[in-house]
Amino acid sequence: MAEAQSDATRLASDARDRVRFEEEALALSDQVYRVARHLAGSREEADDLVQETYARAFRSWRSYQPGTNLRAWLLRILTNLNIDRGRRAQRTPPTQALEANDYFLYDRLAESDGGLSDEDRVVERLSQDDIVSALSSVPHDFRDVIVLVDIGDFSYQDAAQILDIPIGTVMSRLHRGRRILKRELAESVLEEGE
Amino acid sequence: MMGHIDDPCSHCEEMMQPYLDHILNDEERREAERHLDECDWCRRRYQFEESLRVYVRQVVTEPMPVELKRKLAELRIPLD
Repeated sequence: MAEAQSDATRLASDARDRVRFEEEALALSDQVYRVARHLAGSREEADDLVQETYARAFRSWRSYQPGTNLRAWLLRILTNLNIDRGRRAQRTPPTQALEANDYFLYDRLAESDGGLSDEDRVVERLSQDDIVSALSSVPHDFRDVIVLVDIGDFSYQDAAQILDIPIGTVMSRLHRGRRILKRELAESVLEEGE
Repeated sequence: MMGHIDDPCSHCEEMMQPYLDHILNDEERREAERHLDECDWCRRRYQFEESLRVYVRQVVTEPMPVELKRKLAELRIPLD
């Protein structure tokens, strides 16, 4: 009798933990989507990836350790699924001349603006399409860290855990990835100016 | 990172990303800020890079489709 009651108590507590987990995970879905949208190649892929991530998370909720970073845990599942879906590591592209410094984009925009006015307004010369398209042109390995750190607001440490790479690699990929992104943006500005 | 008197602007450029990421130590941060205080050329570029990060983040952020949110809620495992 006492044993049956203890089983019932345990089941009820288990159910409560699971419901709490699901609610906490769902509350993070906007943030998960924000990152997924640019880790995946398209909106449709991002939708599928997020659904697959949540389906897996709900099944494996017991492997989440309460009190740890749930958002990073979900993103770890998501990036692994993204790789399983056929994303292969890309060869690191050779450094190009425009990545040689950090200021090329600014200089290019300033030049086409005929002497600069307000730095905050200069960026607005870049359209949303320019930026989305430039971001999607950044090779995966570099884009992943930009998306996690600069768009998803993850720390270097979290990004390292999510991608299963050393923190030093996160930093070097981020540094170079931002330069590649700016190179892509500068090239789109150059094309528009022609 | 001290001792880059030959080309302080080039050294300041090297410190730009770590500065904006808030990972410079106190001495390095002060060194960058001392230079920025007196160098309009670098200050403009730092300001641009900071604005660019904020702007990129704003324009690439898309709201999650309502339909997707509904689908995720349906994935929850029903209680027995």
